[in-house]
Amino acid sequence: MSDDPINSHHHPPVLSPAALRAKAIEALLLEKGLLASDAIDRIVEIYEKDVGPLNGAKVVARAWCDPTYKRRLLKDATAAIAELGFGGIQGEHMTVVENTPKVHNVVCCTLCSCYPWPVLGLPPAWYKSIAYRARIVREPRVVLREFGLDLPKSVEVRVWDSSAEMRYLVLPERPPGTAEMSEMELASLVTRDSMIGVARIEAPSR
Amino acid sequence: MNSVHDIGGTDGFGPVRPELNEPVFHEPWEGRVFAIFAIIGAGHPPVPVDALRHQLERLDPVQYLASSYYERWLAAMENAILEAGTLTRDEIDAKIQQFAADPSLAIPRREDPALAEGIPSVLRAGQPVTRQIRQKPRFAVGDHVMTRNLNPHGHTRLPRYARGKRGVIAHHHGAHVFPDTNAHGLGENPQHLYSVRISARELWGDGAEANESILIDLWESYLEKDDRAAKSSAQRTSSGMKQAPSKSRLQSRKVSPRAASKARKKKPR
Repeated sequence: MSDDPINSHHHPPVLSPAALRAKAIEALLLEKGLLASDAIDRIVEIYEKDVGPLNGAKVVARAWCDPTYKRRLLKDATAAIAELGFGGIQGEHMTVVENTPKVHNVVCCTLCSCYPWPVLGLPPAWYKSIAYRARIVREPRVVLREFGLDLPKSVEVRVWDSSAEMRYLVLPERPPGTAEMSEMELASLVTRDSMIGVARIEAPSR
Repeated sequence: MNSVHDIGGTDGFGPVRPELNEPVFHEPWEGRVFAIFAIIGAGHPPVPVDALRHQLERLDPVQYLASSYYERWLAAMENAILEAGTLTRDEIDAKIQQFAADPSLAIPRREDPALAEGIPSVLRAGQPVTRQIRQKPRFAVGDHVMTRNLNPHGHTRLPRYARGKRGVIAHHHGAHVFPDTNAHGLGENPQHLYSVRISARELWGDGAEANESILIDLWESYLEKDDRAAKSSAQRTSSGMKQAPSKSRLQSRKVSPRAASKARKKKPR
């Protein structure tokens, strides 16, 4: 606002205590030659632009289209995901769990916020929230209903608590009415939440 | 350690609130902190992720709960830097004063193109934690196990809600670096790691749904054989089914012939 003396364009905005502290630490580590500004920029850029749920969506779409790939994926997910070029930090060891009409899988990390970065990017705030971490292991169906997913009583629920370095990706069910779709079109249907296991994939509207 | 980070099963935190079209970082400083943390983790020598997680869980519990995710990372990073002696509290405070007094002051840049160009391959390589060990896995898929009631003051990945519970081995993941020692610089001590399936009723009582379970990754030393389940399955075996070669028969091959003949004279109960 132009009448705000602090935030007018003549003065940079006042930083929050956290922003100020982060700025101070970054500056000091740079001064000591322990960091590089361009390396920090590069990491931020990679996670803002390159690595995200589209990677996981490609894995899912491939598994839907290619039964032999799906078998490899369920047997050795790390290797099968690497076939598509994805892997590395926080995805060194991967397991894919398949949702079926009878079994629904959902992933969490109660102790911190472990999440398969190479295929899903960095986790959303709700995945890291205390509420999700506290509740999903205790009342998964209630939490899933809050996400709009009301599972029938007959469906078994499996909650995967990522307590080690094994990272989990849910292979969601392929929605009906997609038989004619290409692998790329299918990938565009696959949502981040369906690969965490808090959503299913809706049939595309015609 | 038993602190507030170990929060699985706790009530009172309200609904989960997803945010539509959430940005990867809500403010620029979050991205900077994330990146600095990653560079420290992959540095020379690398700081194991176990040690970084232990920094997070050692935050003051009130601060932990009251902070946003990246505020926690920032505080843990600062503590790690102070403990390593890389920076002092006075240096950080003085720099904060300097930036607070003059908000137009930018961080002076320091470029290292070689380091920046190497970032994608460092991220792609990651830090695998599987190791080859001589010990054979103690458990096989389908084995009934009991999680131990361990309460170390240091780092552990056995959450409170899953201690002293009966479960079944669902997967064997090979041997993985053991966080309980690795976080404290006490060595990798790799152990076999298993996904253990524990029913919701075992965890939360009869009020829980029947067709729900938790699958949690636990190291071998967190587990013991579930003798009660083993006994009941042995009883089922003796009452009809054909018996597999018993463990005592296999063991008797190792003892001396004299001891073995003595053992044979003993009447079975």
